Formats: sequence, structure tokens, C-alpha cells
Amino acid sequence: MAQHSYWQLFFSVYSKDVTLAFRQRSEIVNPLLFFLIVITLFPLAIGPEPALLKRMAPGIIWVAALLSTMLGLDKLFRDDYNDGSLEQLIASPYPLSLSVLAKVFAHWTITGLPMVLMAPMFALLMNLESQALGATVLTLLIGTPLLSFIGAIGAALTVGLQKGGILMSLLVLPLYIPVLIFATSAIDTSSMSLAYGGQLAILGAMLAVASVCAPIAISSALKVSVS
Amino acid sequence: MWKWLHPYAKAERAYQLCNTLMPYFAVITVVCLTVGWVWGLAYAPADYQQKDSYRIIFIHVPSAILSMGAYSSMAIAAIIALVWQIRNAELAVISIAPVGAAMTAIALITGAAWGKPMWGAWWVWDARLTSELILLFLYLGVLSLYHAFEDKKSAGRAACILAVVGVINLPIIHFSVEWWNTLHQGATITKFDTSAIDSSMLWPLLINIIAFAGFVGVVTLIRLKNEILQCERHRPWVRELVGRGE
Repeated sequence: MAQHSYWQLFFSVYSKDVTLAFRQRSEIVNPLLFFLIVITLFPLAIGPEPALLKRMAPGIIWVAALLSTMLGLDKLFRDDYNDGSLEQLIASPYPLSLSVLAKVFAHWTITGLPMVLMAPMFALLMNLESQALGATVLTLLIGTPLLSFIGAIGAALTVGLQKGGILMSLLVLPLYIPVLIFATSAIDTSSMSLAYGGQLAILGAMLAVASVCAPIAISSALKVSVS
Repeated sequence: MWKWLHPYAKAERAYQLCNTLMPYFAVITVVCLTVGWVWGLAYAPADYQQKDSYRIIFIHVPSAILSMGAYSSMAIAAIIALVWQIRNAELAVISIAPVGAAMTAIALITGAAWGKPMWGAWWVWDARLTSELILLFLYLGVLSLYHAFEDKKSAGRAACILAVVGVINLPIIHFSVEWWNTLHQGATITKFDTSAIDSSMLWPLLINIIAFAGFVGVVTLIRLKNEILQCERHRPWVRELVGRGE
């Protein structure tokens, strides 16, 4: 019985967030457009030489991914905080970390997953070789949920503040550095046709730790913000 | 031990503890700083390669060590505050954070000043420099989060959570940055090894490290005293204290 209702809680929170996002599609499309525009800016700024772009592509793609993940984060808890449903989630007898997990997963479905699906196109825009396409997709697949988890901690800490948006990016971006380092180095090594399993394994390990620890941190941060 | 520690959860006792500890830290700081700086800056022999410009080590290394030491003590205070819900530990976190940030900034600035004559560049993207810079960002994050809240009670708790999240991430960041650097280019500086330094330079360096530790202690205690007074300003004992003009 109890287990059954835990799943119900997870799916109801998850489907609520995803449904809301699909009703208002700009939430899904805008981060993607932002991603595309940031990527367009780089060739304009540093020059269109294919060799140069190829060298910088992993970094550019991943910095753009970090920035566009940040866009959706501020809204992650803000709406629920404003209409009071966040308080209901905290007051409910179910563990808050479970509903938080569902919300983070929904955030990833809305912002991370579309990026993963569009990644091959972005990689082509930046002249990455075909063998690096797989690495780009895989690092984004493992890395973007990690970004959502870490970012949600910052979002939860700043949800009670009026202008939390910029502060949140200041808190969260330094914590994104390991993800950025390992993801870009995986794409780098793959474009040199070397094995990049090690970097992926480390990213996966970080995701495993984050998915266990982050919900606890997020829920205690939410309790501070709401109280 | 718990019985011995528990009274200090009370603000008044913690304030008194600060008062008793202060003179010791102050004496250590003044004595060691004088001895360490005079010895290090005037009497220690000049380096055969770097000549006199190496002497900045007596400021650079202690502040770098203390920047990390302050972060770990801040994180320990934050864990205590979160687990046992002790308000004084929250205040301690807030008192340490600016001191640690200042230490990090000193380490970065003296490092840049040292790097210019030695490496020919104010800044290189070396692993140690980069992780020190990220440490500064983490400090500033804790500080700005604390000051963003109107309600200082939840501000302290939020800052504690961020400090704990930061300390979990710090080793990951440190090792990933180290790994990133060694992947892209060879190490530009050899590791600082205490056994490789001559004792005529090591001793003033150690004294300076102790002096800086004492300095961090003194400034933290002063700030902690102020925070406690600020937080408890409506309590009778604070009014009495202020009324006496102490």
C-alpha cells in the first residue's frame, strides 16, 4: 500500500510539472532557442574557421548547455512557492525528497532531454567529427540530469527571495565546474578517436551520488525557504 | 564531552567563551606575526634562484593554507548547526566566511604578485590557482546568500546548507581541476614540498602559519561576539552588558 502511494506521489508531481510545461510550450522551446543562439554567437565572435570551431566545440556546447539549464531553474520551485502548493508538499506526510526528485526529473525532461535530442545538430553546426557526435549525446544524457540536480539546490535556496535569479547562478555555476571539465574532456578524447569511457564513468558516478544526496539538500533548503 | 559542550549552545556562555579565548589568540597572533615577519622578511637567507622576491612566501603560503582551513572549519560549524540546530554555530559560519574569503583573496593577490616576476604572468590557469579561485567563489556565494535574506534566521540556515554542499563538492572540484590541467598541459610548477625547503626558511614559514591561524581566530571571535550581540540584542544580559559600557 505504502509503496504504491509513493509511486503515485512521484508520478502525480512529475506529470503535473510536465503537463504544465507542455501546455505552455515556450518553457520547452525557449531554452532550446537560447542554446542555439549562444552557439551561433561563438562563430561570429571568434571567427568561422572550421578547425578553430572544432577545437572549441565541446566547450561551447557545454557552456551553452549550462546557461540554458539555468534558464528553467528559477521557475522550478517559484510557481509552486507562489501558489502555495510547495507548502502543501512540505506539509504532506510523504517524504519531501521524493516529490523533489520528481520535480527535478520533470525539469530534466523539460529542459535537459530536448537538448540531448538536439545535440547531434549542434555538434554538426560546430563541425565536430561524426565519432564525437556519440560522445556529445552521451555526455549530455548523463550530464544534464546532474545539472538539474545541482541547480535545484540553488533554486531551492533562493526560492524565497524576490530577486533570486542572479544569485542562484552565482551559487550554482561554481558547482557545475566538475561536470563541465569531465564532459568536455570526454568529447575531446572522443574526437581524437580515443576511449572516453573513463570520463563517462566519473560523470555517472557523480550522477549517482547527486541523485541520492541532492534531494536531501534540496528538501532541507526548501524547508528553510518556506518557513 | 557532550555535557561539557552543551552549555555553549547558550548565547551568553558562548559570548563568555569568546572573551576568554580572545587574549590567547591575540597574544599568539601578535608574537608570531612579529617574529615571523621580521625573521622571514629580514633575516631568512635569500633564495639562490629567486633572490629576495621569494619572501612573499611568508604571506602567500599561510594565507592559502588558512583559506582552506577556514572553509573546513566553516563547514564543520555548518554541519553542527544543521544537525543539532545550534544557533551559535550558524553565527560562527557567518563569522568565519568573510575572514576566509579575505584569506583566499590575499592568497590570490600575493600569488599573482609572485607569479609576475617568476613565471612572467600575473595569472596562469594552473590547477592550484584555479581551485583557489573557485574557493573564493564558494565563499562569496555563502556570503551573498546570507545577505540576500531579510530574515536572518533562515539566512543562517540557508548559508549553512550551501556551506555543506560546497564542502562536499570541494574535493571533487579540486581533483577535477587538477586532472583537467594535467590533461591539457604539463605541470608548470613543481609541488611545494615542506621537506624540500631549508630549515632556515621553514621555521619562519611555520611561525607565520601559526600567526595567520591566530589572526583568523581573533577576527572570527570578534565577529562572532558582534553577531551574538546583534542576534540577542533584546535579551537582558546584552542590555546589561551594553549598559555597563563594556
